[in-house]
Amino acid sequence: MKLLLNGASMDVQVGTLEALLTTQGLGDAKVATAVNGAFVPANFRGAYLLSDGDSVEILAPMQGG
Amino acid sequence: MRDFYGTTLDCMLMLGTAQYPSPHVLADAFKRSAASVATVSLRRESGRDRAGQDFWHLIRDLGVHLLPNTAGCHTVKEAVTTAHMAREVFNTKWIKLEVIGEEDTLQPDVFGLVEAARILSEDGFQVFPYTTEDLVVADKLLHAGCEVLMPWGAPIGSGLGLNNLFGLRTMRAHFPDITLVIDAGLGLPSHAAQAMELGFDAVLLNTAVAKAGDPAAMALAFATAIQAGHLAAAAGPMCPRDMATPSTPVIGKAFLK
Repeated sequence: MKLLLNGASMDVQVGTLEALLTTQGLGDAKVATAVNGAFVPANFRGAYLLSDGDSVEILAPMQGG
Repeated sequence: MRDFYGTTLDCMLMLGTAQYPSPHVLADAFKRSAASVATVSLRRESGRDRAGQDFWHLIRDLGVHLLPNTAGCHTVKEAVTTAHMAREVFNTKWIKLEVIGEEDTLQPDVFGLVEAARILSEDGFQVFPYTTEDLVVADKLLHAGCEVLMPWGAPIGSGLGLNNLFGLRTMRAHFPDITLVIDAGLGLPSHAAQAMELGFDAVLLNTAVAKAGDPAAMALAFATAIQAGHLAAAAGPMCPRDMATPSTPVIGKAFLK
């Protein structure tokens, strides 16, 4: 299925948001997630089924003022 | 000393974490200044470089309170969603709420700010709203659930200091019991001292330290100025006057003409 991951289009073979994070090497990372503009808490990622065309954001701590 | 949602701060300097020449310099600035709060943000993470994970370890080791922001958000929805993501990542109820309304000055969209503050306060967040010195907006933010207000000194990153002394002085006088933080626009330690002399409770800044030739030394200079301004406010500054009055007693002066 096609996803928009952090603004970049990609083909993936995953079912859940948690699986997507694992394939991206971020399974253990300190990140927060949103799908189609809505926050998805960490404890919901395992049950969250992604759909073709979803837009996924994976955010991590960054410098800020 | 006023509290920030039940937390008292040893140092009234809140320091940003962006734009430093290196992570080492950032850490050194915090160490030298003893700043109590670090502002942080969220950005896209790549599994390839995992830059955010290194930064997380750095700020965690600073041992300071973390104040995540919603920088770059222009709508209520963006800001609220970012706040939820920040709460999970940084494990804090604190949120520096920014809803930007105008690009040239990065002036807050105060209408969106009040709405986002209400939504987040009702959801248990402890909101630090980046606002203007407008008293009506300030009152609405308080009614929305904010217990701290953060009026701007000047546009973010400008280094201009306190642009509207009358407005800030009025705000301090109008809300004597509210915790007020000057956020943004400061360029020099003297600006921070002035803010504290006016009776503000803390100062939040980033660029003036991060872009200094020696950020750690500048951070210390700001922390020292903030302490001086705080002591001065507590000591009760004299009232200024237009005409001179001799400080040396006139009585007993010799007649030598």
